[in-house]
Formats: sequence, structure tokens, C-alpha cells
Amino acid sequence: MSTAHRAPDLAQPLAAGHASAGGASEPAPRSRTGRRVAGLAVLIGAVAVLTVASVALGARAMDLGQVWAGLTDPASDAYPVVTELRLPRTALGLAAGSALGLAGALMQAMTRNPLADPGLLGVNTGAAAAVVTAAYFLGFSSFTQTIGFAFAGAAIASVACYLIAGAATATPARLALAGAAVTAAGYAYVSAIQLMDAASLETMRFWSVGSLVNAHTAPILPVVVLIGAASAVGILLARPLNALALGDATATGLGVDPRVLRVAGIAAITVLAGTATAVCGPIVFVGLVVPHVVRAFTGPDQNWVLPYSMLTGAAFLLLTDVIGRIAARPAEVQVGIVCAVVGGPFFIYLVSRRKVARL
Amino acid sequence: MTASPLAARQATLGYGRTVISEDLTVEIPEGEFTVIMGPNACGKSTLLKALARMLKPSIGSVLLDGKDIHSQPTRAVARRLGLLPQSPIAPDGITVADLVARGRYPHQGILRQWSADDERVVAEAMRATDIADLSGRGVDELSGGQRQRVWIAMVLAQQTPLLLLDEPTTFLDITHQIEVLDLCAKLHREGRTLVAVLHDLNQAARYATHLIAMRDGAVVAEGAPADIVTAETVEQVFDLPCRIIDDPESGTPLVIPSARARDRV
Repeated sequence: MSTAHRAPDLAQPLAAGHASAGGASEPAPRSRTGRRVAGLAVLIGAVAVLTVASVALGARAMDLGQVWAGLTDPASDAYPVVTELRLPRTALGLAAGSALGLAGALMQAMTRNPLADPGLLGVNTGAAAAVVTAAYFLGFSSFTQTIGFAFAGAAIASVACYLIAGAATATPARLALAGAAVTAAGYAYVSAIQLMDAASLETMRFWSVGSLVNAHTAPILPVVVLIGAASAVGILLARPLNALALGDATATGLGVDPRVLRVAGIAAITVLAGTATAVCGPIVFVGLVVPHVVRAFTGPDQNWVLPYSMLTGAAFLLLTDVIGRIAARPAEVQVGIVCAVVGGPFFIYLVSRRKVARL
Repeated sequence: MTASPLAARQATLGYGRTVISEDLTVEIPEGEFTVIMGPNACGKSTLLKALARMLKPSIGSVLLDGKDIHSQPTRAVARRLGLLPQSPIAPDGITVADLVARGRYPHQGILRQWSADDERVVAEAMRATDIADLSGRGVDELSGGQRQRVWIAMVLAQQTPLLLLDEPTTFLDITHQIEVLDLCAKLHREGRTLVAVLHDLNQAARYATHLIAMRDGAVVAEGAPADIVTAETVEQVFDLPCRIIDDPESGTPLVIPSARARDRV
């Protein structure tokens, strides 16, 4: 048996500086709640600090006075960089990071599969297939031109997964299989087009790593509205998901219709992950790793897991984006690469240290 | 017809194209401890699933309080009817108190979150199942018997007059089987209507106040154990030649498989 609740220190890298409650092998419900509230405060603080860091740090080094001038004085040198580039980039990082964290947590809760991530619904492949289609058949190559296509592709892929898995009769296992099938077919299509057409290959080469660099040209407001609405739906699913965690039969007994819950969950995940992927490209490790780290700290109650995953996802994406901006100055490393470099080994460490938590 | 709180009417039950029961009519008598028994694949678990609205009859209906159970809001049904399925899943790291608290789901809403009333009901359910001192423990650290009592506490926290239990004693050793059945008997004495699927014929005869014996998807016999646990019925249901004696402990019928049964193998 794994003991996810006994490793509070695992949340440390992200909930930086939080006092460990380690050693409490049987946390009483009350102290556990206190710990969760404290952790939430630390996370909010971390997101605030990283937001400031994301606005203040970048390829171009500047002191805080210059940053302030860049925010407040349209005539200053720093204004184009800080207000027109870093501010939208930070907003996108917050929105996309929280969306991916929440989508991953919802996906894992809904499928009771600790290795599930939004990619399981074919979201990434669907978006990639749509982008490559736009590039090959319509000659679109810039990010802004392909956003709408990518979102539509993601949505179509996840609906296709749901239908292939048997719609109302879909079980977690069938969803996973349908997702694998759609992903395989989608990548075959993407590879075929890339092999035929060098321009498509070039478009995909940049799209497929995942980046926040195009934030200044992205439609930030619609993105934030879509992600905000889907997040509200996702958070409302916490209690029925807690019932679903006890098995479909128990959930039914408690008055949750698993079929209705799955439709609502897939809709929320599609909008969350589809929007983030359309604007940033596929950023894979956030949705997979963040919910693991969060559950290790909060325990299995979705009322905590979901908001924690949003905040941790936002903090993680901002952190990796800032690292990518300053690690290779004056060039920058795309956030998708930093996420994989940081997230990959961390995930391996997590899996090897404890058995993957059963859901 | 008597006013039965839960009944199947001319129901055809099955999975996909596989039909398990056809034209099945069963009434669960109010205030009784009903046990559904029969050999493997006789349709007893399927009947329980149908009564618990996990399976919709392709023909016919299941009635809760006289109305089609599938036409009632599922949360409203969950306030009348509790279900302990055969293999519920305990999320990793969940504590006993948290698991029991999840039984309050049908009584809560977006505007009606955790209340003092919920707290009281959960504490009461843990007391009734004798797990109050385990409340802070992780469910995955418990023994099978303790875990089953935790699940029963979760269903009790649902505060339903009707309880359905699908093979609640499977995977437990004999001591814990008896412990769980004694607990069921207590819940019945306190006024709840219980329906359980059980494998063990003698346990069924000892604890049930109403028995439903099934074979090949049909009800073969039903009634009080003393009336229907006869050598003929047992042979008819299980193909098992046997003698029936009085259980020296409880006075209920005790099935003794006949020694000749071995010769048939």
C-alpha cells in the first residue's frame, strides 16, 4: 500500500518554504485541515512572487526601478518589453498553468488513473493535427493564425475519444484505450504531412515544444474567459468526484450519475487543456506531475486537490518560463522544454520513491 | 399488493444482449432483513444491481416507494436507499473519518456544505459500527473486517431507511463475517430494511428474516427461512442433496450436505 499522505515534504519544491508536518503518520482531520489552509496561503504567496518575477526578469536584465517605469510610463524604454511583452506573457502563464494543473487533476480523478493527463483525451494530438492541416493546406504558419484551428482540433479529438469509448457507456479503461487509438492515428497523420512538406515540418517544430513567447499576439481576454469559466465548472465537480473516487457503484449509490459526471468533466478538461494547448502548444508535464505533487500534500480530497492543482500549475509554469528566459540569456529556452527537463526527472523520482498513488 | 418500499416488476435484466432474468417480479418487504441467495450466476447480484438502480431493466421496472426508480432524481433516491457494492474503492491515503463523511453527499449541495448535523451523523455512524477510535487512521492500514465496518459506516452516514449490501462478507474470515452479519442484524433491529446478497446458506438462514432463493435468473422460493429452507428447496436451488437440522445455537435451519453428495463427483 502506498501512503501518499505521509510524504508532505514532496510538495516542498513548489510550496517553497512551507514548514513540513512530516512525521505525523496519522494526521488528525483537524490538523490536516490546518496544514492544508497554511499550504494554500504559501501557494498563493508563491504565485504572487513568481508573478512579480515573471514581469521583472527576462532576457533583458533591468532593475526594479526600470521595471516599474516599464509598467507605468508608456514613454520609458522598458514599456514595450514590460507592458507589451512580459505582462501578457505572465497572464498567459498564469491562465495556462492553472488550466493545465486543473485539467490534469480532473483527468486523474475522473479516470481514477494516476498516470492520466489531458493528453489522454487526444487533446495534444488533435491540436497538432489541426495545426499541421492549417499549415499544409492553407499555408498558415504563424501562431496566431493557428490558434483557432488548434482549439477546434483539440475539441474534436476529445469528443472523438469519448464517442469511440462508447459515449454514455464509457469506462475509464475504455477512455484510455480510445485516447491511445486517437493519439496514434493523429500522430500518424501529423508525421505523414510533415514528411511530405518541409514548411509544415518547420511550423510543427516550433509549435510542438510549447511556449509562452507568442503571448503578446494571443487573444488573452478570450483565453482567460474560457479558462475561467471551465475552471469554475471544474471546481464544482470536486464533490461528485470525491464520490466517484469510491468506484462507479458507490458513486451511484451516493446519488452521482457517473455518466453525467464524465460528460461534464470531459467538457471542462477539453476547454481547459484545449485553450492552453492552442495558445502555448503542448506542455505535457504540468498536467501529469502537478496533481501528484498536490495529492502527496493534501491527501485525496478533491475539494483541496483541485484548487491546489490550479495554483501549483500556475506557479510551476511561471517558474519554468522564468528559468527558460534567464538560463540562456540573451536567447531563451521554451517553457515546454524546461517543463520536461524539470518535470521529467522529478516525476521519475516521485514514481521511484513511492508507489504511484492509486485513485 | 402490500406497500413494498422496493420492488422489481416484470423486469428483464441483463448486460448488453445477455439476458440474466426475464419477467422477474420481486418485492422487498418493509422492515425485514431480506437475503437473496442462490448458486453462482443465478442472477442474485444482478437483481441487487437493478434494485440499486445501477442496472436499468430493458423491460419492466424497479419501483421505489411505488414510483419508477429511474424517473426519480438520483440524489433523492440516495436519501432513501443506501448501497454497499461488492468492491468499493478506497482512495489512497484517505482517513476513516473522511471516508465515512463522503456518505453525506446526497444531503449536501452547493449552498449546503458541511454542517454540524453532518458532523453528528458521521460520529453516530462511526459509533454504531464501533470504529470511532479508528477515525484518524488511514483506511489502507486497516484489516479487512475493520475496513468493511468503515464502508458500512459510510453507507449509514447516508441515513437511509433502506440498505442494500452486495456480498458484504466476501473476502472476510469467519470471525469478521459473523461480526459484519451481527452488525447487519443490529441495524435491522433498529428499524432499517436490509437487503443483502450472501453466499453462505447457513448464514443466510440464521440472519435473514426473509429469504429469496434464486436459480437461473428466476425466484425459486421466498419466505421465512424456517419455511423455505428445506431439503427439497436446497436440492432444487443448489443441486445439493442435504439434511436440514435445527441450528443448536439459533434454532434456525442448518443445512448439512449429505455424505452421498461426494459420490457424484
